[in-house]
Amino acid sequence: MKILVPVKRVIDYNVKVRVKGDGSGVDLANVKMSMNPFDEIAVEQAIRMKEAGDAEEVVVVSIGVKQSQETLRTALAMGADRAILITAADDVHTDIEPLAVAKLLKAVVDEEQPGMVLCGKQAIDNDMNATGQMLAALLGWSQATFASEIKVDGDHALVKREVDGGMQSIKVKMPAVVSVDLRLNEPRYASLPNIMKAKKKPLDEKTADDYGVDVSPRLEIVKTAEPPERKAGIIVESVDQLVDKLKNEAGVI
Amino acid sequence: MTVLLLGEVDNGTLNMDATAKAVAACKPLGDIHVLCCGAEAADAGKEAATIDGVAKVLVAEDAIYGHRLAEPTAALIVSLAGDYDHVVAPATTDAKNILPRVAALLDVMVITDVSGVVDADTFERPIYAGNAIQTVKSKDTKKVVSIRTSSFDAAGTGNSAEVSDVATGDAPGLSEWVEDHVAESDRPDLTSAGIVVSGGRGVGSEEDFAMIEKLADKLGAAVGASRAAVDSGYAPNDWQVGQTGKVVAPDLYVAVGISGAIQHLAGMKDSKIIVAINKDEEAPIFQVADYGLVADLFEAVPELESKL
Ligand SMILES: Cc1cc2nc3c(=O)[nH]c(=O)nc-3n(C[C@H](O)[C@H](O)[C@H](O)COP(=O)(O)OP(=O)(O)OC[C@H]3O[C@@H](n4cnc5c(N)ncnc54)[C@H](O)[C@@H]3O)c2cc1C
Ligand SMILES: Cc1cc2nc3c(=O)[nH]c(=O)nc-3n(C[C@H](O)[C@H](O)[C@H](O)COP(=O)(O)OP(=O)(O)OC[C@H]3O[C@@H](n4cnc5c(N)ncnc54)[C@H](O)[C@@H]3O)c2cc1C
Repeated sequence: MKILVPVKRVIDYNVKVRVKGDGSGVDLANVKMSMNPFDEIAVEQAIRMKEAGDAEEVVVVSIGVKQSQETLRTALAMGADRAILITAADDVHTDIEPLAVAKLLKAVVDEEQPGMVLCGKQAIDNDMNATGQMLAALLGWSQATFASEIKVDGDHALVKREVDGGMQSIKVKMPAVVSVDLRLNEPRYASLPNIMKAKKKPLDEKTADDYGVDVSPRLEIVKTAEPPERKAGIIVESVDQLVDKLKNEAGVI
Repeated sequence: MTVLLLGEVDNGTLNMDATAKAVAACKPLGDIHVLCCGAEAADAGKEAATIDGVAKVLVAEDAIYGHRLAEPTAALIVSLAGDYDHVVAPATTDAKNILPRVAALLDVMVITDVSGVVDADTFERPIYAGNAIQTVKSKDTKKVVSIRTSSFDAAGTGNSAEVSDVATGDAPGLSEWVEDHVAESDRPDLTSAGIVVSGGRGVGSEEDFAMIEKLADKLGAAVGASRAAVDSGYAPNDWQVGQTGKVVAPDLYVAVGISGAIQHLAGMKDSKIIVAINKDEEAPIFQVADYGLVADLFEAVPELESKL
């Protein structure tokens, strides 16, 4: 089985984002970018499935600006076998909507015929939590979102999902789209020799046009604003003072 | 204009809080029809009919909708969607699973976790862990939208909307439910509780997390946790508050041994009153706390519990 892992280049989770003064968006020029943390977990899972003999090949794909190549190299250094870069934007501030990403991924799936697509549950920039589900819909495949355990069993996969009430286990028919949650695994760091080796692994460069997919957005950004600021309150001196404030000032207990 | 709203039905029971908040959010969009589906959904449908602002309730009762698997539920919604301008649901894990699938089948973009409805085409939603609020206008003819429930007050009850059955579909045979692993609890639900007490890595162990639970029980509160506390095994996954966990906005949020990373703040900074107990006076959590107590939690928490 081949596993396809879509990886997104996003602002590093440690960076404090700044809204641009003109309200047009978030400032992404000259900030540290990294692989979406959920996608690191997806790559790790795919590599482990290969190591366990459940998969033969791990192909990673990224859609966006040319610089997404760095994200793909990181995935190759972790242990993915080859990469596909689909350039669909020139400006780092242009993001491709999940529906368009899903359409491009569908085209890749049609070509590559993987047995499973492993994606992140959400990208930490737009927090949409949508791409995997949309891809499953377009392919007519089964979907298992928010996975915290994946076991392949013949033509099915058993997936434990993190849901509001706790956990749910479901069995999905393969091929399937599985989106991964935080506690599936702890991604490895790429070692220096592997980073060197990754430079020689194949990376195919494509454009959205090659697949005939229209990536123009359906959502127009009217404005981007800072959220209302919350002011720091006071430091209380003792538990007694805290109880007094909660009872008599805030009136919440 | 009419809205099809997917009611939150869990094992035959309506999640009134989540559903009524989504109804309130949809009020500016037109008539609201609530769809209740499940292996059992009739009782949930009757309850949904009592929510003010609901014009009609549709019930789809069939074993294939049990456990709300995405594939059959999305197909059902798509079969009904022709009559509606908006398809909406509260942003629970069920809806997050189902709605993007619906949107892709309708060839429209999904708009997730909406915190404000500006008009029929325009919505506000938090991005970058709530560090920016984006206003987006959809060019699609149909809008598929999930609602961040913590941003809305629940609609009232007392209504008696018409309830009718709708035709159910065939099982797509793509996925099967195996089992649920759900801990029974008498505590209030995390996303609707008036008070939440959360513990972080500072609590140090699963055994000591009982101290957080004891304080919560004294306050009649729900228990939450930071990701670090969940990852370390002190607390179960469904207690995680934050960007990638649950979003809460109670009257009182007590953060114990939590540093206040942006990913955690994303899930609780709209709480009315925030209390932080942390031994590090530099901890970022104090920048959003109404009342901060710089103290060792192992002393402060039992003392607080005894003085309530
Ligand atoms: C309010 C709003 C307005 C927008 N306006 C515009 C606009 O004007 N123009 C525009 O072009 N876009 C626009 N977008 C698109 C947007 O910026 C994001 O690209 C889109 O929301 C992606 O969502 P996400 O990254 O949160 O995906 P999610 O669905 O959260 O991502 C889940 C997973 O899908 C996979 N994935 C997602 N994206 C990629 C990718 N590019 N490459 C590889 N794998 C991927 C990853 O595995 C990821 O973990 C807008 C989005 C929002 C939310
Ligand atoms: C993709 C991604 C998603 C994430 N999503 C979430 C999310 O949804 N929710 C979330 O919470 N985090 C999330 N995180 C993690 C987040 O970045 C932080 O790592 C996490 O919130 C830290 O948890 P903490 O505050 O409990 O631990 P720490 O940051 O380690 O803080 C522990 C605090 O306890 C205090 N302390 C220690 N001992 C005592 C004592 N005896 N008495 C009093 N105080 C004490 C310390 O001073 C410290 O401030 C995410 C991270 C990533 C990368």
